[in-house]
Amino acid sequence: MKLTKLTALAASTALCAPMAFAEMADEMTIVSWGGAYSNSQLKAYHEPYSEKTGVKIINDESSAEAVAKLRAMNEAGNVTWDVVDVVAADAMRLCDEGLALEIDADTQLAPAPDGTPASEDFGELLVSDCFIPQIVYSTTFGYRTDMVGDTPPDDICDVFDLETYPGKRALEKRPINNMEWALLCDGVAKEDVYDVLETEEGQEQALAKLDTIKDSVIWWSAGADTPQLLADGEVVMGSTYNGRLFSVIEEQKQPVGMLWDAQVFDLDGWIIPAGLSPERQARALDYIMFATDTQRLADQAKFISYGPARASSAPLVGQHAELGIDMAPHMPTDPNNAKNTFLYNYEFWADYRDDIDAKFQAWLAK
Amino acid sequence: MSDTTQSGPVLAADGTPLKRSLARALRMQKLRALMLIAPLLLFILLTFILPIADMLFRSVENRIVSDTLPKTVVALQEWDANSGEAPGEDVYAALAADLIVAVEAKTHTRLGTRLNYEMTGISSLFRKSGRKVKRWDLAEDAPFKEKFIDIDKDWADPEVWRTIQTYSPKYTNGYFLNSIDMQKGADGAEARPENQQIYITLFQRTMFMSLVITASCIVLAYPIAWILANLPARSANLLMILVLLPFWTSLLVRTSAWKVMLQQQGVINDVLVWLGLVADDARLVMINNQFGTIVAMTHILLPFMILPMYSVMQTINPSYLRAAKSLGATNWTAFWRVYFPQSVPGIGAGSILVFILAIGYYITPEIVGGTKGVFISNRIAYHISSSLNWGLAAALGAILLVVVLLLYWAYDKIVGIDNVKLG
Repeated sequence: MKLTKLTALAASTALCAPMAFAEMADEMTIVSWGGAYSNSQLKAYHEPYSEKTGVKIINDESSAEAVAKLRAMNEAGNVTWDVVDVVAADAMRLCDEGLALEIDADTQLAPAPDGTPASEDFGELLVSDCFIPQIVYSTTFGYRTDMVGDTPPDDICDVFDLETYPGKRALEKRPINNMEWALLCDGVAKEDVYDVLETEEGQEQALAKLDTIKDSVIWWSAGADTPQLLADGEVVMGSTYNGRLFSVIEEQKQPVGMLWDAQVFDLDGWIIPAGLSPERQARALDYIMFATDTQRLADQAKFISYGPARASSAPLVGQHAELGIDMAPHMPTDPNNAKNTFLYNYEFWADYRDDIDAKFQAWLAK
Repeated sequence: MSDTTQSGPVLAADGTPLKRSLARALRMQKLRALMLIAPLLLFILLTFILPIADMLFRSVENRIVSDTLPKTVVALQEWDANSGEAPGEDVYAALAADLIVAVEAKTHTRLGTRLNYEMTGISSLFRKSGRKVKRWDLAEDAPFKEKFIDIDKDWADPEVWRTIQTYSPKYTNGYFLNSIDMQKGADGAEARPENQQIYITLFQRTMFMSLVITASCIVLAYPIAWILANLPARSANLLMILVLLPFWTSLLVRTSAWKVMLQQQGVINDVLVWLGLVADDARLVMINNQFGTIVAMTHILLPFMILPMYSVMQTINPSYLRAAKSLGATNWTAFWRVYFPQSVPGIGAGSILVFILAIGYYITPEIVGGTKGVFISNRIAYHISSSLNWGLAAALGAILLVVVLLLYWAYDKIVGIDNVKLG
């Protein structure tokens, strides 16, 4: 009797051992974008995780070059990053290149509190096998409330209307989003935009529409440019990430308003680099399981106005940790803001990015 | 005395011929010298020469196609790209065999990305096909042609097959053609469509703007260096600190400062409007264009011109000028005929430094360049970090390197490299 109990115990510990006591690294490097965004992750994820496990987390702010650097690290055979924050399009490319680990959402991510498996909780936001979504952000327009008279812009096509809203506009120095907006304002129906953009004529049409405002555009390449240009009064309106506009409006109290029309949703999230040692991979997976659960994702929204990627997190979004204002109305996903939206078309841009970018840059240089 | 008239080789004290003994002593010396510089040599080899060689190699390397699709590449050799028809079943069978292996190793999407640089749509074609092919069995599921076309009708498109065939060799000149606005067409190299031509323009612009920046650096730096060299040491040191001060400030800070100065709501425009020289609704556009880039880069590169000029001018003996004047030369003649020729080596050194730094500049044009002020390096950076087309980036970099070497060679022919002095 005693003997069987003992063997059973031994057998169960032997079985559990690899699960519970798997060797995990006690230090990890997490790569993100820096600034307010990294800070929100520090508060919502890193600090609670370090407290719980005693793991030392090193922050690296290289997300902007993450794809190129991961490729170089992989070629050199020395990957020094454990978890990397990237936009969904980059996650897809890293997955394509075999540089990111494939994740099984249902076994490797936490289920929702009511037991809904992670794959359903994230739903269609799981756009790549390697990608663990974290936030929904949008690229949208902000405008100077004191420079637009009594009729603030409320339509995306106001960006192309130089007569009603004279002055410079800030647009991102790449074709993505700009081409879609141009077609939308040139009479193309929303559901046809990508069909049109696939054709040579459609691309010409979009560039021709952009040509009408080309002389009034300041092209930005860093997300911080537009908020600065708006604050300086250099531009009357400009596109950027909604979180950046939130901080211009609510934290810095600048006379800036939001133009949510035709905002383009995009996702940002984690990937785990391929080729980590087993201890580091186990640690990275453990961190991901913790940091992307329902409560943690909702916590991040206390510090920055990006929507949590889980459906189950939305009801938990509360007030800003320092300003004490309700965050829900500032979320791009809020019904009032999301009346007319685009979702970044990952498949399309994966195919057409190189081709259209070549044409776009040639057009810019003309 | 009779010893000296003795014939035969001269012997050293130990009886070996002097020549050999000397050679051995010299060899030891050379070896010792080599040992002394070995760490530096190794360092340069590992951190400079090898990476450059590796980069140059990437601009022609194209193994990925034949490595990922070995059987298909062989089967495709027979196919005539100009027939206007898709290849036969044997090619599709080879493709199926290759893809099953590639999907297992997850290399098919990487190949898709590579070929997508040449033909839009291949990236998703491979990604999509990979998912289906995973479940195929080579023996049972044949024939494959229909099945592939079922996955995506693009597999029936001869253009897709022509692209695979064109890029099947292990080495390609495709990247170099692309970087001079050409492409591999159906019958050899041809010009790209006009709406995609950009690199030649950018190379020309990079050259032109670097020359303008070098010239404006010379004009601005010469008087400063002259003053520095002719002031008493105490005040010269003070001025020197002013020259070096920008050096100790971050490049980004200096560039952003220019933004604040030059933008339409910036300091200079505000002053001009306040003075009434410019109307409020007609403020000058001085940034996000070529002008802004030239101003900011001239400022940033100025110390590289002043320092070599200063150190050369310091060595010019002031008594030469006095001698010229005492012999009846006017101020101008004394300067132009006596002083200036002696300062030319400083101008030469400064110009080479500034020009070569300017030609590869990246951050400043990116921030203040707008659309007309960007350099070729901005495109190289884009292809390294965003599009991941490292082959094209390498080809553009290689061309830039060759251009710089050519200019250096021309400079040596015209001015003479011995005429360059850093002090």
